[in-house]
Amino acid sequence: MEINEKTLMRDVLVDFLREQMKRDERVVVIDADLAKCAGTIALEKEFPDRALNVGIAEANMAGIAAGLAGYGFKPFITSFAPFASRRIADQAMISICYAKQNVKIVGTDPGIAAELNGGTHMPFEDVSVYRAIPDILIYEPTDAAEFKAALPQILDYPHPVYIRMHRKNPPLLHKEGCDFDLMRADVLKAGADVTIVATGLMVSTSLEAAELLRKEGIDAEVICCPVCKPLDVATLKASFEKTGAAVTAENHNVNNALGSAVCEAAAENCPVPIERVGVKEKFGEVGKVPYLRGVYGMNAEDVAAAARKAVSRKK
Amino acid sequence: MITSVKELENVARNIRANIVECIASLGVGHIGGCLSIADVLAVLYGKHMRYDPKNPKAEGRDRLVCSKGHAGPAIYSALAEFGFFPKEELYTLNRGGTKLPSHCDMNKTPGVDMTAGSLGQGLSCALGAAIGSKLKGDGATIYAIIGDGESQEGQIWEAAMYAGSHKLDNLIVFTDYNKMQLDGTTADICDLNPLADKWRAFNFAVWDIPGNDVAEIDKAITEAKAVSGKPKMIILNTVKGKGVSFVEEAKVGSHSMNISAEQRDIALKEIKGGR
Repeated sequence: MEINEKTLMRDVLVDFLREQMKRDERVVVIDADLAKCAGTIALEKEFPDRALNVGIAEANMAGIAAGLAGYGFKPFITSFAPFASRRIADQAMISICYAKQNVKIVGTDPGIAAELNGGTHMPFEDVSVYRAIPDILIYEPTDAAEFKAALPQILDYPHPVYIRMHRKNPPLLHKEGCDFDLMRADVLKAGADVTIVATGLMVSTSLEAAELLRKEGIDAEVICCPVCKPLDVATLKASFEKTGAAVTAENHNVNNALGSAVCEAAAENCPVPIERVGVKEKFGEVGKVPYLRGVYGMNAEDVAAAARKAVSRKK
Repeated sequence: MITSVKELENVARNIRANIVECIASLGVGHIGGCLSIADVLAVLYGKHMRYDPKNPKAEGRDRLVCSKGHAGPAIYSALAEFGFFPKEELYTLNRGGTKLPSHCDMNKTPGVDMTAGSLGQGLSCALGAAIGSKLKGDGATIYAIIGDGESQEGQIWEAAMYAGSHKLDNLIVFTDYNKMQLDGTTADICDLNPLADKWRAFNFAVWDIPGNDVAEIDKAITEAKAVSGKPKMIILNTVKGKGVSFVEEAKVGSHSMNISAEQRDIALKEIKGGR
């Protein structure tokens, strides 16, 4: 499929899975009654034996996937992000990761993207759940083009992967066929005064913030960091050594996700003042993304304010 | 393949002796729920399962998921009895660096088909294997052993509903119904009865049998294999600690208990005296 501004991330996923299922009989997809939301419902018709729907039973879905992986299959499981993480935390930990079963876990509508489903469905903790588990890689796609480039690497990755996927179409920041490396953070805009490390829908917000800062004479570097575990410490360290201050920006609780990961890496490798933008000690609530950005302080101005503060803290 | 009841009973005794030696070598362990499943393990590994101890990962083999993962020492005792590794390995139970941890680990122990220990999860994994076997058309039978206390976990019934709904007839599940769990009797804590009716209601074919009788177990498995269109549940009405008087008498205290060298000798004498 050709990627354009209107391409939905879920269509990228389904298109990839369809091609892989045609090529490789080991690829299986399991849903838990949200296949219409993830788009994977189409696969159930095309591959009735290998696109399963277990009903509203996420723990069973995770266990079946582990059993299939142990039988030589390559399972992808999907649900809304809260149910693909905190709901199956123990199954992901024991049956999948501890048992070394290579299952790919897709959680859709992360953070404020859950919008009208509100607090019960709005995970600010899903990355935290997976960040505590060894081996699993955590990937939050930035846009459809990057996601398309990432998926073959995810399939080949020898350990489980948690994909924190927006179903819809965040702004296209990458071009189709972009040179993407799952293990590398990507410097989208070079700068000298402060580094903004961003993930998911906060990447485009951070580029907007950099533009606000430019007008004030602050030259911000923007790093797109779709994988917070394992973190590309080398790229961050090089940037921090250059700029001497940093901001993290994420659509998640700032604790035990990107913000924490960056702070820990900086403390161990290149201590600089860091400010974290994201959700701070709050639950989700209903609303559209623009409203929710205001509730949680996730607008470009919030990122810019954090950058000013980080710069002011430089010795 | 072992066909005579007498020989299967001997194998069960050997597995029991292995369990006692394995746990006594450390001095403590989940002995009650290990001894209660010695008979079904004798019948599975002795007669019904297709496997190669020299090639424990062979494709198309029958698989056993011991979802009550704390019965690891029972599984290891059976695997050692059937040549997956030397019996001397049993003395390494739970020592640092061992291949035999208290709970089953497929990445450590040759012959263990699924990691388990956080209760309720293994049956779903067995479903995954059963689905996988059907997709591959390899004709394998997938066996799972769940605990009675474990059956209080909701995930067991998620798995049961799916297996029944999708007619996974290559799946044979055993409940080790010794009627005791860590904190007391299952009847007092959260009663499972009517257990056979529950499984029938989930569209399983059900056998409700004396669970420490190798002839009855063999008969039920043979009948279960012949049934198509349904997953199978064989409820093993067992005795926790079966075969060793002082463990049986400990009742719920036998979930995990200390075993001294003296107790080991008494237990082995009793087990071997049954020959």
